[in-house]
Amino acid sequence: MKPLTQVLGHACPLGLANVDTDQLIPARFMKRPRSEGYGGFLLHDLRRDAAGADKPDFPLNREPGRSAPILVARRNFGSGSSREAAVYALADHGIRIILAPTYGDIFASNAVKNGLLPAVLDEADVEDLLAALAATSDLAVGVDLEAQRVAWGNRYVAFTIDPVWREQLLNGWDDIDVTRSFSIEIARFRATTELRRPWMKPTAFR
Amino acid sequence: MTASAGTAQATRAPRALFDKLWDDHVVVERPSGDALLWIDRHFVHEGSFHAFSQLEARGGNVAEPGLTFGVADHYVPTRDRDHVANPEIARMIDDLGTNTARHGIELFGMHDPRQGIVHVVGPEQGLTLPGLTMVCGDSHTSTHGAFGAYAFGIGASEVAHVLMTQTLWQKKPKRMRITIDGTPIAGVGAKDFILSIIATIGADGARGHAVEYAGAAVRALPMAGRMTICNMSIEAGARCGLIAPDETTFRWIEGRPFAPRGALFQQAVESWWRLPSEANAEFDREISLDASRIAPVVTWGTSPEDALPIDAAVPDPAREADEGRATTMRDALDYMGLRAGQKLAEIPIDRVFIGSCTNARIEDLRAAASVLAGRKAKVPGLVSPGSAQVKQQAEEEGLDRIFVEAGLDWVESGCSMCVGMNGDSVPTGERCASTTNRNFRGRQGPGARTHLMSPAMVAAAAVAGRLADVRPMLEGRS
Repeated sequence: MKPLTQVLGHACPLGLANVDTDQLIPARFMKRPRSEGYGGFLLHDLRRDAAGADKPDFPLNREPGRSAPILVARRNFGSGSSREAAVYALADHGIRIILAPTYGDIFASNAVKNGLLPAVLDEADVEDLLAALAATSDLAVGVDLEAQRVAWGNRYVAFTIDPVWREQLLNGWDDIDVTRSFSIEIARFRATTELRRPWMKPTAFR
Repeated sequence: MTASAGTAQATRAPRALFDKLWDDHVVVERPSGDALLWIDRHFVHEGSFHAFSQLEARGGNVAEPGLTFGVADHYVPTRDRDHVANPEIARMIDDLGTNTARHGIELFGMHDPRQGIVHVVGPEQGLTLPGLTMVCGDSHTSTHGAFGAYAFGIGASEVAHVLMTQTLWQKKPKRMRITIDGTPIAGVGAKDFILSIIATIGADGARGHAVEYAGAAVRALPMAGRMTICNMSIEAGARCGLIAPDETTFRWIEGRPFAPRGALFQQAVESWWRLPSEANAEFDREISLDASRIAPVVTWGTSPEDALPIDAAVPDPAREADEGRATTMRDALDYMGLRAGQKLAEIPIDRVFIGSCTNARIEDLRAAASVLAGRKAKVPGLVSPGSAQVKQQAEEEGLDRIFVEAGLDWVESGCSMCVGMNGDSVPTGERCASTTNRNFRGRQGPGARTHLMSPAMVAAAAVAGRLADVRPMLEGRS
């Protein structure tokens, strides 16, 4: 996984609350292999009209939002379905950082596993940033994961991120490699749990 | 990276059900507070192909094939299963068969008599037990918490991780307890409880929390109702939902195909009796509701938190003090084609759906049938039972005839119109009264308008051709 330290670029002011993962990628697109690229499905039904044409006013369809690596949203971003395809759509579109006050838990975890930062910004700071982006759409926004800070204009605001996730993103660590370093502990746990909870295993019954 | 080995030491403080489940599954803890947890049960479905692709890409093996089960539910057609028309769907169903067979995972495939929705099949087969950690690449895995299991939804990377290691890294959630006391009025049930809770605390109100449901009204619920409540914990943003196991739980489990038997079952029950939260266990948040004050609930907007009693009216964004919330409400009303002040019970509907992991168990079908018996639906609709076994039982009880005589379609089991992946969808612009869990924009199909409610309330809506209070329709019926 590619390490993430700093990003400086434009930000797309999505500005919506409760953007669930069904919005991020409608279910009908998830049959495709990931290798085909999921970027075109991002927010498909909000972004496009019934005929499939881009809605010109939608922030993701206009520069600089169209090619921005940062997405700004209101509360409860990524709630709902556990579909990791929602993160694939963001990542394949080119988003590396999301700034929002709260996230769906499963979504945030999926994001980190794909090298995307779900930074938790105070609601008031999100509102200020959205207002700044409304005034100056090509505003440069800097996100520094090491310092846990977002900067725009003359503003510097702190964001929060789980410390384990921060370390993982900064180093580009993969969970499975870390877990495998505990294979002895896992084997020991397995043996103990079979003695302690012999009823845990599914009964072989045909 | 450092870690301390061994199970977490029991603290002196009284422990909650969730603490016990957590402590029982910690393989290692890191100083940062997250832990590697052992996973007792894992389910995969057609949508899990992304995880199998990751597994193949790494050349990995499945660590514990005996603890993972495959179920075909998300994409399976609910009609004409011998000829799956959509080639992409046919390929996904085939891929699930290939992937599970290759790795020695037992599959309840499309033609298996045990097939159904994963969160109905797991409990039905006795795979869901108190005291387990259970995961699936599906957010409604929270359903299994109704048995006192720590059950939660995960993404594809985590599915791959569980396949390869039988473990997961997790940060310990906070604990919340929601106590529902009192006796509900007739026509009000588990779905009304959970929708009321979500409306009260918000769609992210339980974010970062393991929610335990307690109180007399919860204890009085059968397993089906308990599952409905835990199922929609995710719609309140919770990491999981939990209900302490009791006699109701144990009686339900005993004798199911994969459940422990004989002396092992007795030993299990002894362990399970030790699971409930101890007196004075501390919770980070406590919320109380009075069941007697809950009326039948329907949603009006595009988030499950947009829920109100059926005798209320569509709220007015102009009266909302918070501008952000007012904007969200206006957008929701625009999408839903509703106007502020309109009475909920006057909203006409185009179709109904009875199904999903939330409300497609035999008790749910009986509740809907008790309203529909001898009546006609004014709108078309689909009834998809939670599993092939639920379908069979419903047919033995004659419920299928009640649905068909009312004018609804009786079809095979799957996720169907809840998620619209298999081709069952609500046409653009149409309004559906639905027993499902999400009224998100486009969830049941592009441009579909969803109103969530209980099975009895969906049946009432079908009869009235509009959203309707089920209570008068229940008069004189048992």
